[in-house]
Amino acid sequence: MSHDPQNAVDYWKANLRLIVGCLIVWAFVSYGCGILFRPLLAGIHVGGTDLGFWFAQQGSILSFIVLIFFYAWRMNALDRKFGLHEE
Amino acid sequence: MSQFAINILFVGGSFALYVAIAIWAKAGSTKDFYVAGGGVHPVTNGMAIGADWMSAASFISMAGLIAAGGYANSTFLMGWTGGYVLLAMLLAPYLRKFGKFTVPEFIGDRFYSKNARLVAVICLIVASVTYVIGQMAGAGVAFSRFLEVDATMGLIIAAVVVFVYAVLGGMKGITYTQVAQYCVLIVAYTIPAVFISLQLTGNPIPALGLFSDHTASGMPILDKLNQVITDLGFNEYTADVDNKLNMVLFTLTLMIGTAGLPHVIIRFFTVPKVADARWSAGWALVFIALLYLTAPAVASMARLNLMTTIYPEGTQSAPIQYDDRPNWVKEWETTGLIQYTDKNGDGRIQLYNDTPAFKSEAEARGWNGNELDVNRDILVLANPEIANLPGWVVGLIAAGGLAAALSTAAGLLLAISSAVSHDLIKGSINPNITEKGELMAARISMSVAIVVATYLGANPPGFAAQVVALAFGIAAASLFPALMMGIFSKRVNNTGAISGMLVGLAFTLAYIFVYKGWLFIPGTNNLPDTPEHWVLGISPLSVGAIGALFNFVVAFAVSSATEEPPQEIQDLVESVRYPRGASNAVDH
Repeated sequence: MSHDPQNAVDYWKANLRLIVGCLIVWAFVSYGCGILFRPLLAGIHVGGTDLGFWFAQQGSILSFIVLIFFYAWRMNALDRKFGLHEE
Repeated sequence: MSQFAINILFVGGSFALYVAIAIWAKAGSTKDFYVAGGGVHPVTNGMAIGADWMSAASFISMAGLIAAGGYANSTFLMGWTGGYVLLAMLLAPYLRKFGKFTVPEFIGDRFYSKNARLVAVICLIVASVTYVIGQMAGAGVAFSRFLEVDATMGLIIAAVVVFVYAVLGGMKGITYTQVAQYCVLIVAYTIPAVFISLQLTGNPIPALGLFSDHTASGMPILDKLNQVITDLGFNEYTADVDNKLNMVLFTLTLMIGTAGLPHVIIRFFTVPKVADARWSAGWALVFIALLYLTAPAVASMARLNLMTTIYPEGTQSAPIQYDDRPNWVKEWETTGLIQYTDKNGDGRIQLYNDTPAFKSEAEARGWNGNELDVNRDILVLANPEIANLPGWVVGLIAAGGLAAALSTAAGLLLAISSAVSHDLIKGSINPNITEKGELMAARISMSVAIVVATYLGANPPGFAAQVVALAFGIAAASLFPALMMGIFSKRVNNTGAISGMLVGLAFTLAYIFVYKGWLFIPGTNNLPDTPEHWVLGISPLSVGAIGALFNFVVAFAVSSATEEPPQEIQDLVESVRYPRGASNAVDH
C-alpha cells in the first residue's frame, strides 16, 4: 500500500475532477438536451420529431452507457497510475 | 396445441429452470447468502442487475405509461437509467471497497451510530416492501390472464417458486436465476417488438423504427401517430411540456432514488474487486438499455396499432362494430382490464378523448362519450395479440412478464431479509449469534418476508400503488444523500447524518401526504392532488429531489456546529476511497 499521503490526495482529486466532468455531460444530455433545451433543438428534425425528443427517449440512455464505461476505463487506469489498484 | 398449453409450456419450463438453478447454487455460508460468495463476474453481475432492476413496472407498465403520456413520460426512461451513472461514480465502487453485507451496515459504521443504522433499516424496509407488493400483484395479473388461474392462486405459485430459490440459495441462488430471468425477459420483450417494428416500418430494430416512415402511409411514424390521436381529441404524442421544473425534478428524483435503492446497491457487493464494481455498472446499463431503448418504440407502435384496430378505415370513418372486435379484446375483457359500454347504442366502439374541447366534434359524429377503457398495463402483454403474432410469442411474453416480476421480487426480499437478520438480529438484538444461527435467521426472515409480500400482493393496501412516491422518494431523500456524504465528506458526523436523514424523510413524506392523504388514507389529504395546488408546480412524486437537498443542507449545517468524527472514522472514509487493500466481503 502506498503510504505517501500526497499521492492519495492527488488520486482523490483526480477522481473528483473526472466525476465532475462526467456529471456535467450526464446533466447536459438528459436535463439539457432532453428537457430544458428542447425548444432550442426544435429546428433539428429526427424522423417526424426533433432532436430533443430523440435525446429524451434514446440519446440520453446511449450517452449514459458511454459515460460509465469511460469513467470505469479512466478510473481503473488512475488506480494503477497512483499505485492504488487492487492486487 | 392450444394457446393455454403453449403458455403452460413456456411458464412451466422457465420455472423448472429457476428451480434447477436453485438446487445447483445452494448457499452454504452467510457470505454465500448475502453476497453470493463475492466472486461474481462483472458481466454476469451486470446481467443480474438488469433483471434485479427491471421489474413488472419496467416490463409491463413502462411502455403503457409512455404510450399514454408520450414525450412527457420520457422522464421514466431517463430517470430509471441515469441513476446508474450516479451509482458507478458516487456509490458502488466505494461501498464495494467497504466490503460488508448490507447498506444500513455502512451507514451504521460510517456514522458510528446504531440509531443511524436503524433509520436506514426502516427506510429500506418501507421502500422495499412497497416495491415488492407491486411485483407480486404483477405476477398475479400475468398468471390470471395467461394460465387461467385465479390471481391469488397464481400469486401462491409464484411465491413457492421464489421461496425455493431465494430461501435455499440466498444471493447465490438469486444471482444465477436472475441471469436466466434476464435472458427470458429480454427475448420476450424484444421478439414482439421486432415483429411489430417490421410490420409498421420495415425496420427490424425498434429503436430505429421509431424514427422511420410508417409503411402504410409513407409518413414518419410519429407524425402518423400524432395525426391519428389528435383527430380523436388526444394531445400530440411528441408535444413539449410546459412545466419543465417539475419534469427536471421528477427525473432527478427517479435518478437519485434509483442510485439509493438498497436492492440494487447490494448487487455490487457480489463482485471480486472495486474495478469490477465499476465495469458491472456499465454492463448493467447495457443490459437495461436493450429493453429501455425498445420500450419507447413499443409504446408508440402499440398505441398506433390499437387506434388502427378500432378505426380500420381511418379516424374519419366509423369505428369497428363491437361484434367484430378482435379476439384479444374479448380475452382481456374477461379480466376486466378492457371495458366497453355502448353509450350511444350504435353497436360500434368509439374510442376518443372525451374532453370539453372535443365535445362539438363528438356530438357532430353522434358520439356520446368514450366507450372503451383500456388499462394501460395490458399494452405490452397484449402486444403480440394486437399484432397477430403466433401463439408461441404470447407464451414467451407470459414467461417474460413473470421473470421480470419474480427477479425483482427476489432481489427486494433479499434486501429485506438481510436487513432483518444482519442489521437487526446480529447488529442489535443478538451480536453473538453464530454463523450457522445467522444463516438460519436469514432464511427464516426471507420466508416471513415472502409470506407477508404474498399476503399484501393478494390484498394490496392503499399505499401499494404509490411505489414511485414511496420507494423512490424515500431512497432519494434519505438513503442516497447519507451514503454519498459518508463517502465524499469526512466532516459529516453522526448527529449531522441522522438529522439530515430525518429532515429529508419527514419533509418528503409530509409533502406527499398533504396531497395524497396521510398514510395514503383516502380523504385525509389537505390539498387536492392537482397541478394548480402544487407548490411551484412541483408534484408530490417529484419532491424527493428537494428532500435530498434538505438532507444535504441540514447534515452539513448540523455537522459543522458539532464536533468532527473521531479519527478512526476519518480513516474509514480514507480506506473506502482507495481500492488497494480491498478484500472480499469480510465475515466478522
